[in-house]
Amino acid sequence: MSAAYTPQPLTQQTLHPEDEGPFPDLAQTQPRHKTAALTLVSRATQIKERGLLLLFFACAIVAVLGVVLIFAFVAYQASGVFPNIGFLKFITGTKWSVAHSQFGVVPFIVGSVVVTIGALAIGAPLAIMTALFLSEVAGPRARAVIRPAVELLAGIPSVVYGFFGVTVVAPLVARLFGGAGFGPLTAWIVLSIMIVPTIAMLSEDALDSIPMGIREASFAMGATQWQTIYKVVLPAAKIGIIDAVILGMGRAIGETMAVLMIVGNAPQMFAGLTKPIATLTSQIVLGMSYAADDFRTALFGMAALLFLISMCLVLIVRLLSRTGKEG
Amino acid sequence: MRDMFSEDRERLKELGPGAMDKTARNEAKRARLLKERLANNTALAVLWVAAGITVAALILIILYVVINGAPMISPKFIFTWPHGVSAKGGIWPTIISTLYVTGLAMLIATPVAVLAAVYLAEYAKQGRIVTVIRFAADSLASVPSIVMGLFGLAFFVEAFHLPMSMLSAALALSLLMLPIIMRATEEAIRAVPRYIRWGSYGLGATQWQTVSRVVLPWAMPRIITGLVLAMGRAIGETAVVFYTMGMAINMPLTPLESGRSMAVHLYLLAVDGINLKAAYGTALMLMLMIFLLNMFARYIQRRYRKVR
Amino acid sequence: MTPATVHDSTVYTVPLVAVADETLFFVRNLEFFYGDFHALTNVSLDIHPKAITALIGPSGCGKSTFLRCLDRMNDLIAGTKVEGSVLFSGSDIYGPGVDPVDLRRRVGMIFQQPNPFPQSIYDNVAYGPRLQGIRKKSELDEIVEDSLKRANLWKEVKDILSKNGLAISGGQQQRLCIARVLAVEPDVLLMDEPCSAIDPTSVQKVEDLMAEIKEEVTTIIVTHNMQQAARVSDYTSFFLQEVAGEPAVLVESGKTNDLFTNPQDKRTEDYITGRFG
Repeated sequence: MSAAYTPQPLTQQTLHPEDEGPFPDLAQTQPRHKTAALTLVSRATQIKERGLLLLFFACAIVAVLGVVLIFAFVAYQASGVFPNIGFLKFITGTKWSVAHSQFGVVPFIVGSVVVTIGALAIGAPLAIMTALFLSEVAGPRARAVIRPAVELLAGIPSVVYGFFGVTVVAPLVARLFGGAGFGPLTAWIVLSIMIVPTIAMLSEDALDSIPMGIREASFAMGATQWQTIYKVVLPAAKIGIIDAVILGMGRAIGETMAVLMIVGNAPQMFAGLTKPIATLTSQIVLGMSYAADDFRTALFGMAALLFLISMCLVLIVRLLSRTGKEG
Repeated sequence: MRDMFSEDRERLKELGPGAMDKTARNEAKRARLLKERLANNTALAVLWVAAGITVAALILIILYVVINGAPMISPKFIFTWPHGVSAKGGIWPTIISTLYVTGLAMLIATPVAVLAAVYLAEYAKQGRIVTVIRFAADSLASVPSIVMGLFGLAFFVEAFHLPMSMLSAALALSLLMLPIIMRATEEAIRAVPRYIRWGSYGLGATQWQTVSRVVLPWAMPRIITGLVLAMGRAIGETAVVFYTMGMAINMPLTPLESGRSMAVHLYLLAVDGINLKAAYGTALMLMLMIFLLNMFARYIQRRYRKVR
Repeated sequence: MTPATVHDSTVYTVPLVAVADETLFFVRNLEFFYGDFHALTNVSLDIHPKAITALIGPSGCGKSTFLRCLDRMNDLIAGTKVEGSVLFSGSDIYGPGVDPVDLRRRVGMIFQQPNPFPQSIYDNVAYGPRLQGIRKKSELDEIVEDSLKRANLWKEVKDILSKNGLAISGGQQQRLCIARVLAVEPDVLLMDEPCSAIDPTSVQKVEDLMAEIKEEVTTIIVTHNMQQAARVSDYTSFFLQEVAGEPAVLVESGKTNDLFTNPQDKRTEDYITGRFG
């Protein structure tokens, strides 16, 4: 009789081999039926699912492989720095002269730092304020205009920014401050516009992810909008905004074409806002087309340096986000 | 003990019915409120100005390129070859090269990136492996394009003896696009509501059936948006293409042929300064392409918002 | 003293000063719109000082909307519109020149979801006093301790004041939010279903503290829990949206005891005897 109460297993193959005939005792057989019910999926499907999982995993590993390969190859090409140039000479040398086989990269590091910091000093406040405006102040209509504008700004290719720098900003700087117009100041102006969308969009994400409730709570306590922004919203989004600035920094350090077109490309120490300099990125492009031997090694060494810098920035962002979650 | 009404009653008797500020408890408080209002309005005005500057910068760049480039745009400019040292004539082969290499890179990057995102969002358990993959994707996204270019040169061209060609450039570009598409897809998948998945599992679907028939279609509009944005990035990319595709003006037929992309063309024209007119025209074409892609992405997003 | 009254659409013309003696909030013919949607119509209600008023009714009946009208929180939602008059201590809060910021400093609000700022417990409570310019550490310490005590939370958090406000349990978070509001010594406390998202122990503590602060702070509480309304409140108002898509109305209000034992309106009776959701 008890068999009448037992759900029929749907496929035979999944039954236990010793299973035979009607089920004598419901209580005793129940676990068995459970296994039967759980393994209803056919073996073929299981294998397929397992195979797909492996495929997906392989795809995900491509990203890891890519990063490792990039570093491995660039570092391999740059490894000649140690025996041929000398790492200390390379990293602390202040003279760059291909003709004299002097490959000190300090001028370029300084150039990159100067350009990046200046661009950040102008671009980051502008971007954060734009993000605050979009997320806290703007009405739907202003937002509908400005947000796509910021996105579009992010989409403009860097070579177009460089072109704009060459034809508009550089002559303007030359007219106002003298010189040829190619140098850090021009780079600051152009780069700061370039990093605004990166920082603004990421900061806005951070601001938007703050629950509406805490803004309401602040308003309900009689805070003005600015007090709410300054005392509640900004502290809450702090880590996200710092992340955004660091990623903007990465963008500025790694930026190649625009910088190449407007910094003047003189392999010399930073000497003034309108004096031409070179950065790590611009110097690589400039030299690469005719570089050989130690010269080429030095350029790859600079590329490896750039890679390490950008990795460090990503790492900092990661660590920050983690502490942010814990704190 | 504080009786909040005694004060108000006194005031009200003196003043009659009045506005809130008349009953404000004291002058100091009123002054303070006024000061805060002022600070508030000043700060908000500054935010308005900042947003204004950002938009002004965009308008300036776009207007500049459009005004100078628009007179150049003609069927002749688009559909003929450049000739002579000063690249007179059109930019047709560079347009084709750009589309060719971008399309090829898309073909390579999309399946890998989408499946990788499926793994991260649907299959992977949170743990060390996922952390490593995410970190790698973030790093890949932040590799400076010049480093990517040198890698492409050293790896695909020199180590694998591929020619400077569409294929080498597409491979390098696909590495660049991979993290962008991955992230967009993962976010899109995570945004699929849980009950949608439950509906599918509840009917006895396997994980892959659920992912392929329910989750991915649901997430598709946002995935496409990510693809389009990655394409925009690839179209405008200069440094990577420069070292992996070369700069010979060529109409590519097979993936193993070299060519010159629009971005590289613009760079060479702008730096040499011989034919600024053509440079403006090329810049405008490049921006138009990216603008259209952006519009397309917005269109898809808007339609998606209406449907769901 | 006043018997439960059934509200009608009579236009009230009452001298304001006289009203200020008896009522804290004096609401007449309030209409509320979310864009095109007419959410509330013809609400007239007196809120008595130093008492707890409960707003009850089925969900979607506009009781939260009404509550948010009292400290102009609806201003923050685009496209909303208010008609009618809401007087607070005799002043029209929607009148010209009234600063909602000042109003909200005197009318505190607690929300359904606890919403502490992602800062330390101490900073959360000190937020309001700091807004009002109090900087002295000793003074702030005193306010923080006092507010937390009044919110029945001090014993649980006195050793972890520097811990993030989000790191404590939901019920504790809600009491933290109450302490945060009490720290600015509001005249009125608006509570929008404060107990719907927290654990029973904390509900008990919140109800206790409501009774304890009754002498200093007038409380208006929206609740969907009729037992809670009956337990804690002195006055009760019953809102109802009779037809979907139509504006909700205030059906009846009066002393809690009268309203629950002897409702004047058939609809109130139906609701409290459980014939409505």
